[in-house]
Amino acid sequence: MGKPVLVIGGGVAGIQAALDLADRGLKVHLVEKSPSIGGVMAQLDKTFPTMDCSICILAPKMIECFRHPNITIHTLSKVTGVSGGPGDFKVKVLKEPRSVDASKCTGCGVCSEKCPTKVKDEWQEGLTERKAIHIMFPQAVPLIACIDRDNCLYFQKGICQVCSKVCQAGAIDYEQKAEEIDLDVSSIIVATGFQEYDPSELGEYGYSRFEDVITAKEFERLVCASGPTGGHLNRPSDGKLAHRVAFVQCVGSRSHQKGYPFCSSVCCMYATKEAVLIKEHEPASDVTIFYMDLKVFGQGFQEFVDRAQSHWGVKYIRGRPGEIRRNPVTKDLTVWYENTDTGEVAEKEVDLVVLCTTMISRPENKELADVLGLELDEWGFFEPLDPVMNPIETDKPGIFICGCCHGPRDIPESVAEASGTAACAAETARRYGQ
Amino acid sequence: MSEEPRIGVFVCHCGINIGGYVDVPEVVKYSMTLPDVVYAEPNLYTCSSDGLQKIKEAIENHRLNRVVVASCTPRTHEPLFQGACEEAGLNKYIFEMANIRDQCSWVHMHEPEKATQKAKDLVRMAVAKARLLTPEEEPEIDIHPTGLVIGGGVSGMTAALSLMNQGFKVHLVEKEDKLGGALNELGTLFPTNVKASEVLKPLINGVEESPDIVVHLNSTVKEVKGFIGNFEAEIESKEGSELFEVGTVIVATGADYLDPVGLFGYSEVQGVVTQLELEQKMKEGSLGDVKSVVMVQCAGSRIEERPYCSRICCTEAMKNASLLKEEDSDRDIYVLYRDLQTYGIEYTEMEWDAKRKGVKLVKYDKARPPVVTEGERGPVVKVWASLLNEELTIKPDLVVLSAPLVPNPDNKTLSQLLKVPLNRDGFFMEAHVKLRPVDFATDGIFVCGTAHSPKEVAESISQAKGAASRAGIPMAKGRLKTAAITSVVDEDKCCGCGTCIEMCAYNAITKNERGLAQVTAAVCKGCGVCGASCPERAITMRHFTDEELEAQGLAAIKEA
Repeated sequence: MGKPVLVIGGGVAGIQAALDLADRGLKVHLVEKSPSIGGVMAQLDKTFPTMDCSICILAPKMIECFRHPNITIHTLSKVTGVSGGPGDFKVKVLKEPRSVDASKCTGCGVCSEKCPTKVKDEWQEGLTERKAIHIMFPQAVPLIACIDRDNCLYFQKGICQVCSKVCQAGAIDYEQKAEEIDLDVSSIIVATGFQEYDPSELGEYGYSRFEDVITAKEFERLVCASGPTGGHLNRPSDGKLAHRVAFVQCVGSRSHQKGYPFCSSVCCMYATKEAVLIKEHEPASDVTIFYMDLKVFGQGFQEFVDRAQSHWGVKYIRGRPGEIRRNPVTKDLTVWYENTDTGEVAEKEVDLVVLCTTMISRPENKELADVLGLELDEWGFFEPLDPVMNPIETDKPGIFICGCCHGPRDIPESVAEASGTAACAAETARRYGQ
Repeated sequence: MSEEPRIGVFVCHCGINIGGYVDVPEVVKYSMTLPDVVYAEPNLYTCSSDGLQKIKEAIENHRLNRVVVASCTPRTHEPLFQGACEEAGLNKYIFEMANIRDQCSWVHMHEPEKATQKAKDLVRMAVAKARLLTPEEEPEIDIHPTGLVIGGGVSGMTAALSLMNQGFKVHLVEKEDKLGGALNELGTLFPTNVKASEVLKPLINGVEESPDIVVHLNSTVKEVKGFIGNFEAEIESKEGSELFEVGTVIVATGADYLDPVGLFGYSEVQGVVTQLELEQKMKEGSLGDVKSVVMVQCAGSRIEERPYCSRICCTEAMKNASLLKEEDSDRDIYVLYRDLQTYGIEYTEMEWDAKRKGVKLVKYDKARPPVVTEGERGPVVKVWASLLNEELTIKPDLVVLSAPLVPNPDNKTLSQLLKVPLNRDGFFMEAHVKLRPVDFATDGIFVCGTAHSPKEVAESISQAKGAASRAGIPMAKGRLKTAAITSVVDEDKCCGCGTCIEMCAYNAITKNERGLAQVTAAVCKGCGVCGASCPERAITMRHFTDEELEAQGLAAIKEA
């Protein structure tokens, strides 16, 4: 067997690329910056059009990665140095300390239960709290606790050590140090994903002023059975069940004023899915999607929208809301909009507003691009060698890109591309005699 | 297994996950009272290396030949425990698991007594099944390291070249007399306006120069028999037909453009053409003196009879509109659209670019589509512009219809001979819409490009490489372990009714020469549908025999 392949990013794209390569017999190093692989897909509630539970279909693949004899997962890690070329890249990976001995921790969760320090749970999009020692989510891979040193009493003040006392496996290791490892790989697959646009700068929508104006990713956690409310649509401000919900499309996208000029490709469909989820929870709910152009360009998309309208009664209004106001007493929100199909200017009172925000590039891309010697486009996404002929290759031979690290795209496209980069890596391995 | 069962039971505390609610020592004590159980022990974590070592030691010391672990979920942990059994010299199929965490302690944490009782019930059921378990084999099959790619367009050629570069031989089958497919017809491609011929050139050269790719022009696939690794494909040309052994198959047969006869005046009104015909005129330089153009989007798509969106037409229209403006900025170009399907970074930029160049976008309503009639000097287009709230009348020199991609008419035949499904629209349907976008449910057969759904060239190329990766996996391995948990037909009981053949989603069952059902183990997924539907109860599932399940079921409702 020849040299391994490096996959950067442990979301669904990185996972697929790693599995394809490992299944054919190549060794893979899968580098993930957070304590668990899974990426954004692990956070989603359901996926359309089948309404499969997202984590339920992803978790088996995550576990397969973990168990695969050809895959080494490096969590809490980032690539800090790359030299050489195809067939022979020398890579430096920096592993942050987990402060928990991975060979001893069984993921039982007692440490988190007893830990006295609560902090915002990023994985739950800040809608609830977690402990300073925590397992990222119940299906995390590896299923190992992790101490968040910035918030741990022991690391900050030298006191507590409760986790160490309660851990029956003796797995807590406060002395762990960051370590740098050297890898020798034949090719590199970049699959670092995306992040959500922060709509705070769009003052008219009141995000960060009004608790009940949330982003679509926050909504995914709110509506999920493993989310902070157990899947009940209790709105954040007062816990009232949200039966009247408005979705606003193109938040931060298709605009030259604020945000980004491009269409984010997936929002119309996930908004439709989220609208249907509300209707599944409570068919009498009043759900409206404010859109500009309904993007239904994928297989089965139009049919899914048709069904959302005809079967579930989801309303679609063409128009970009001008403003969202809040009634200070009831906390209910009013959406001001012009229906551009009819020219009518109107307002709509709702319990909850979901902003469907643009998928944007990850801020770490810059550093990684410098390390890899790659260029980013003006929006911070990785650039293909040629947008028509070589969509998943880069101008550095032996380095390939897949998934949302080179622009917004949906899950199937990311997965197909990930397999595509695996083919590229397999070809490279063979070309360089491995 | 002829020897007497000797069962060991390992009950996990899982820290406090189980131990906090279920009385684990009590469950251990109870396990020892069950028939054929010769050993039982509690573990803090059965899955820790210490726990696994204990299992191996107990197998050795107590001569265990069946193992039951009562702990978490088999979904994550069964292979780990099976591995421990194998390391101690046992076949992994003599292992059974009782899920006393997810299905017991977690859901009954407020009723510890009942939780303990239920844990005992679950262990009793597992033991009842374990007593009857037998070792199973995982047969290996050889994989022929040759791929069959059906379709010689950009997707098929990309897939073929990737397979070749991965080290495999390829048969590439193209029904026309030359390679290139739909791109032979096109002028330039968005978003870079590269000539389609420039995209094809390196692909065609690569395919034709490779000694490992055999190109079959003017040829079709007549029959495909066999299963993953061992397909036999009959390729027919004018010269006759030939048989080839291949390990995997990639479907890349592309799509057609709708011929929009009768839509928006096409074939009735002079000066109404399709987007494809416009491209050809532009390519040949035969457009003539065209001063104004109206493009009509969704010409035959997103309607009742053809509900899907064809994905590429809006961006294609933006590209052609911009090109027409670049040639002559005085031209009036209107694009009549319903929802503009430009997406992502580059394609949205094409929309902005067209707008900057002065292309006029007019939104129309599905309920009030444009009407194209013959005027005195060419076509007349009347359209209700919903955003302006008025009807526009335009008298262009040319009306261009953005007609959708439609399924290749050969799809039906090919789907039947490969036994892979088509979706409602008539395109090939993948195994799972999210996570298996280029696989078919049948092992060893894959799909890419517009045979699957409308998509543009870059997406087809990525997908073709994806399909080549998936097809390359079994061929790179050379041999494949097939599942042990498959169905077996008792020929004495089988009446040859064929119910199982109809029910099987994987085409794993055929009739043998005596008209009786016969399972191809390499294809069987062990789902059990055949066993459940067999009226003669002639089908047994390995590892889930009627006897085993009955014992388990009976144990659920009564104490042994």
